[in-house]
Amino acid sequence: MAYTPNPPQVVREMLGSMGLRDINELFIDIPEELHLNRELDLGESLSELELRKKMNELARKNVSIDDCPCFLGAGAYDHYIPAVVEHVLSRSEFVTAYTPYQAELSQGVLQSIFEYQSMICSLTGMEVCNASMLDGGSSLAEACSLAVDATRRKKILAAGTINPRYLKVLHTYAHGKGIEVATIPDHDGLFDADEMIKMIDKDTAAAVIQFPNFYGFLEPEIEKIEAAVHKVKGLLIIAVDPISLGILKSPADWGADIAVGEGQSLGNPLSFGGPYLGFFAANKKLMRRVPGRLVGETKDLDGKRAFVLTLQAREQHIRREKASSNICSNEALCALAAAVYLSIVGPKGLRSIAVRCHELACYARSRLQDAGFSLYQVPFFKEFPVRLSDPLAANSALLKEGIIGGYELGDALLFAFTEKRTKKEIDKMVDVLKGVQA
Amino acid sequence: MSKLIFERSVPGSSAFSLPEGDVPSVELQDSLQGFLRESDPPLPEVSEVEVVRHFTELSTKAFGVDSGMYPLGSCTMKYNPKINEWAARLPGIAGLHPDQPEETVQGALELMYELEQMLCEITGMNRYTLQPASGAHGEMTGASLIKAYHEQRQDFRRKKMVVPDSSHGTNPATAHMLGFELVEVRSNERGLVDVDDLCSLMSDEIAGLMLTNPNTLGLFEEEILEISKVVHEAGGLLYYDGANLNAVMGVARPGDMGFDIVHLNLHKTFGTPHGGGGPGAGPVGVKEFLVDLLPIPLVGKKDGQYCLDYDVPHSIGKVQSFYGNFGVMAKAYAYIKALGGKGIREACRHAVLNANYLRHNLSDFYEITYDRLCKHEFVASAVRQKKECGVTALDVAKRLIDYGYHPPTIYFPLIVDEGLMIEPTETETKERLDGFIEAMQEIAKEAKENPELVKEAPTNAPIRRVDEVTAARRPILKWK
Repeated sequence: MAYTPNPPQVVREMLGSMGLRDINELFIDIPEELHLNRELDLGESLSELELRKKMNELARKNVSIDDCPCFLGAGAYDHYIPAVVEHVLSRSEFVTAYTPYQAELSQGVLQSIFEYQSMICSLTGMEVCNASMLDGGSSLAEACSLAVDATRRKKILAAGTINPRYLKVLHTYAHGKGIEVATIPDHDGLFDADEMIKMIDKDTAAAVIQFPNFYGFLEPEIEKIEAAVHKVKGLLIIAVDPISLGILKSPADWGADIAVGEGQSLGNPLSFGGPYLGFFAANKKLMRRVPGRLVGETKDLDGKRAFVLTLQAREQHIRREKASSNICSNEALCALAAAVYLSIVGPKGLRSIAVRCHELACYARSRLQDAGFSLYQVPFFKEFPVRLSDPLAANSALLKEGIIGGYELGDALLFAFTEKRTKKEIDKMVDVLKGVQA
Repeated sequence: MSKLIFERSVPGSSAFSLPEGDVPSVELQDSLQGFLRESDPPLPEVSEVEVVRHFTELSTKAFGVDSGMYPLGSCTMKYNPKINEWAARLPGIAGLHPDQPEETVQGALELMYELEQMLCEITGMNRYTLQPASGAHGEMTGASLIKAYHEQRQDFRRKKMVVPDSSHGTNPATAHMLGFELVEVRSNERGLVDVDDLCSLMSDEIAGLMLTNPNTLGLFEEEILEISKVVHEAGGLLYYDGANLNAVMGVARPGDMGFDIVHLNLHKTFGTPHGGGGPGAGPVGVKEFLVDLLPIPLVGKKDGQYCLDYDVPHSIGKVQSFYGNFGVMAKAYAYIKALGGKGIREACRHAVLNANYLRHNLSDFYEITYDRLCKHEFVASAVRQKKECGVTALDVAKRLIDYGYHPPTIYFPLIVDEGLMIEPTETETKERLDGFIEAMQEIAKEAKENPELVKEAPTNAPIRRVDEVTAARRPILKWK
């Protein structure tokens, strides 16, 4: 396939109009010794028919969650995606547009982002939300970076129950910027709040908590942390699961200054880890420090309501090295998916999804408890770990039965329960685990 | 004006239902006591048909490559093949959890492994990480590698990063994020890096030079081998910002030019759509001596099985939670497979042909800064129009909207006054290019004869120009 539309005679005509004969004359500014002078070794070009076969072949070498019940979570979740989401995301005016720099031509994109920002504010209770970040981990890292800039302090205190991958990303960002990250140890699935409070001092830029935490548990001491960190004028950053916000307290309810998280659950497919959607919301005081694009409402010359990229003095293309972040491309289409998803499910739908996840998890827990498995006695939302003598063997046994098992934690498997799971699937999963453990 | 989705809300409307539950219901007040929110989040309540109509209406107020020519300089807005969209939505591609056992994702890992090899071949590098999710994210990864390289050598003096005065805003922003002190190298009268100036900036404090080639003026850095020598002799590393790779792919390779680190924009060069701002993907390639520093995991192959390889001794860590924007990788993979080696070079040649054709035909009406052989893009200027008729680059851009074209990038690079940065890409027909030339000619004429018409533009769009000042002074960032 070639997507270059001009046939050879048209190419000759164009070259001729410029007084050129050979297309290679357009490359004489490249020093001779740098010319590749051979064809790239990428194989022959494929027709669309061949390409379709090739892609199908690759896809079929994978086991899709469409064919196997999936109990994996740990930061990426198999929630149901309503058909409307995929339909809207196939509108090529959205798909093939660039960042909406030209407001007059981009009102559709701008308004959809404005609606997305509004919905994330609704969910989190925060006052400002940006147009999206690259994923949950980088969003958390950028939140810490903002906290460091805003407080002119260097120390971040991160709960040890935060998704370890987020912590890894945070460490990479922090090393670059010279930020000190102290990770607070955890016991029995919860971080040591007393230890964190002990460490909070006048050098603390922010305390960072995940809720529900990586293990699916609900951290009980957020109020104490909030009081302690705000007392020294540090910030409170909370990473949340947006689905949980159908029933659980929002970051604003806990007194967070910044709320971040992974928005993949809101209408985006698992896609082997990306593209995902980092959301980033903050209180109004931090508005002018928020990284990335912000869409604002304004008026056009005729006084008609209009939307536009605003507060661009924060951004790299205006401020260069003084920008609040280097972010340029974001995950706009994933944010659109989230906006469509939340429009379809609405407040009651989101609540029902959150409740169903929780009920399924509670059912699984009671079955496991009855079967004598070792479980933590801590409130959870839709995910919890099960201690096993051989987690790997358990997962292999599950896979043999056509079930994608849990996330391996060393001495346990972390199981997630979305609204897609059923009683039957859970019963089977528990039975297989019983067989392995016996 | 479209209503906001919130303004379409009718309490009690619903577009969603779950199957009947078959597990016992739970008393939330017991199981989640102290953690429950007091009321539902204020989301809109809209029926399915109205949700569909709402977003369909919004889509008619958006403009994509499928809507028309999009000569947005530096953004490479080429046609996005539809088969690739189909491929990325396959259940065996979109329906994979990132933590599935390796034996259940062999196809995905094979795709990544092969994509890495193809990117190595195209750019002349030894290995790639596919993890960065955007170009700027790739830059951040690359700059972290530069920092880690010097630190590993116990060389802690190298705190300065050099970028040209014509660079993308992300280059200095990235360098700053990594704690580098920024040093700007001048462009010479030919629009290229001033090598004498570069030499004078070199010292044992230099960490590296970040460069696009061709640069943001669309000009090939002809002295690149000398530049490479200067930077390397001073102990710095050479970083390639791949935003403009479309201009040389298949013809020349950054690896052969002396670059140590390369980031690519799959969403520019390899035909994946921009999605109204993202997602993109920004893989980073390195020469052999930097492989041990790459983010974890890499994609490997062991005993005929593909695997995720976490054994990277001095890795900088992770920059994204998982392995990168896999869905975007699948589209880029399909794109490269469709074109093959020959097609990649053809795409490049046609992109350069189209750019030069536009430059050649616009030079009678607009000043072309550095009017000579360009690569995939060039920078025209409205200085003449501004001086003679008070019509600015912004006005010209807005008037183009009335003619059905997406405007070029304006006021960039910063070293050109009233800049109009034009990149047609290889996927435009001669007829479209001629139409664009005609529109630009017409606008130049209007600027002389009826400048108000141009300054008032657009008049043929869903809205007129917007009040950006009030938007920034009294920001309204959400529905109340």
